[in-house]
Amino acid sequence: MRGLRLRLWQVGLLLLFLAWWEWASRTGRIDPFFFSKPSDIGQRIWRWFSTGEVYPHLYVTTLEMLLAFLFGTLLGVALGLWLALAPSAAAVLDPYIKALNAIPRVVLAPIFTLWFGLGVLSKVALGITLVFFVAFFNTYQGVKEVSPVVLQNARLLGAGQGHLLRHVYLPAAASWIFSSLRTSIGFAVIGAVVGEYLGSAAGLGYLIAQAEGVFDTTGVFAGMVVLMVFVLVLDALVGQVERRLVHWRPKAEGAQG
Amino acid sequence: MSFLEFRQVSVAFGPYVAVEGVSLRLAPGEFVSLVGPTGCGKSTLLNVAAGLLAPSHGEVLLEGKPLRGLNPAAGYLFQQDAILPWKTALDNVALPLVFRGTPWREARERARSWLEKVGLGRFPHHYPHQLSGGMRKRVGLAQVLIANPRLLLMDEPFSALDVQTRQLMENELLRLWQEDRKTVLFVTHDLEEAIALSDRVVVMSAGPRSRVIGEFPIPLPRPRDVAEIRLTPEFLRLHREIWELLRGEVMRAHAGA
Ligand SMILES: Nc1ncnc2c1ncn2[C@@H]1O[C@H](COP(=O)(O)OP(=O)(O)OP(=O)(O)O)[C@@H](O)[C@H]1O
Ligand SMILES: [Mg+2]
Repeated sequence: MRGLRLRLWQVGLLLLFLAWWEWASRTGRIDPFFFSKPSDIGQRIWRWFSTGEVYPHLYVTTLEMLLAFLFGTLLGVALGLWLALAPSAAAVLDPYIKALNAIPRVVLAPIFTLWFGLGVLSKVALGITLVFFVAFFNTYQGVKEVSPVVLQNARLLGAGQGHLLRHVYLPAAASWIFSSLRTSIGFAVIGAVVGEYLGSAAGLGYLIAQAEGVFDTTGVFAGMVVLMVFVLVLDALVGQVERRLVHWRPKAEGAQG
Repeated sequence: MSFLEFRQVSVAFGPYVAVEGVSLRLAPGEFVSLVGPTGCGKSTLLNVAAGLLAPSHGEVLLEGKPLRGLNPAAGYLFQQDAILPWKTALDNVALPLVFRGTPWREARERARSWLEKVGLGRFPHHYPHQLSGGMRKRVGLAQVLIANPRLLLMDEPFSALDVQTRQLMENELLRLWQEDRKTVLFVTHDLEEAIALSDRVVVMSAGPRSRVIGEFPIPLPRPRDVAEIRLTPEFLRLHREIWELLRGEVMRAHAGA
């Protein structure tokens, strides 16, 4: 079966890489101080979860990330819909949106810490500034690309504004919004972790920053792995929801089930 | 009084004048076909009649009153696909009723019988991308007819169908029309189809600045069978007479292209 072969190759590649890393680190070809080694990292992750010391951090990061994701997306979709349907407002706001989007978000982190403190709120704010624009631009684009004929047809068939929103604009933008959700999750995590990294008392970013502070590369890598798995799980969840909601589309060529 | 009247209608797209000075009257319950070479502005005139496109000069009257905005009496079967790609065939047909406030359950109930009338009773849960071009056209037809418009605008509705299905649909259309005598403005490339269906055939000149260059009443008896009527001497005489005029225009359009 093709799917199985593919999986075997993928897993094989990973194992090969890990084996090489372990070997190179043990035989001194790369310095374990700077690169650690997979067995240590695995052990560290195991210890974190078995003693439960990682859970409070995981909880904080998850909370920040979910809040940023939720509010960033809601704001982005709402504003995207509004501006796509009100061209004159869009024309007025266009330079402001471009300017705001041009700010490198990382420089906002200290300001948000100043405004909102060291807690969850400043990280959520940072995440929102990242997530918002992704959702906004995708929704805007999705609504703008609605086929004019489909739109005219719906209007002639008697659709009011509310009907158009529900039965035409939102479904048409849905595939754009969903593809943006998967990017947004990544951004929400970035917002949370970078915020924690730059100043906080809890979270995976804090954990990584602490490990880094004492030159504990194993801790840094272990934090990265936990984050990675965390994002992959969320991404898969969104993929599931997407498949349920956007099932009207023809299946993309060569897509993997 | 005529039901629909074009009064000296001109439409320009920028510097390109597509149609110029078109005057045309449709009596209540009349079936009028519009024929002309490709690109002469037939779809443009239907868009004007539907109220989707404002003429650059002249006006359209609906029951003697100038048309402003969308034509409330019109059902429009577009030349392109206009059904909603994210709704099943059944939901597409039910939608116009839902727009008018009918609950989904009842709307679907009635949509089902319309799907059967257009020969798609077996495909209620197919999405448009799972249907053939001809089937999508028929979904569109059911969608337009379920709302029971008094004016029916049809833009080459049967051109994607094979000859047998096409004659079936033409007869079905005539039967439905015979029931409640909607006013119909029917656009087609196919002169035989125009004669077989219509009370009157209107010929347009090749664009640009396309005009009406001939109107031919079709005094063939009703009810008609589109396959049989093609064999009558009267039909052949009309066909020859109209083709005489149309051929010159088709050649001109071809040479101009
Ligand atoms: N939105 C538009 N912008 C610019 N030109 C247009 C537009 N719509 C139509 N035209 C032009 O107007 C002319 C008439 O177009 P129209 O679609 O009405 O032709 P038609 O008679 O329906 O042709 P066909 O039989 O091929 O469908 C064409 O030359 C076309 O290029
Ligand atoms: Mg056309």
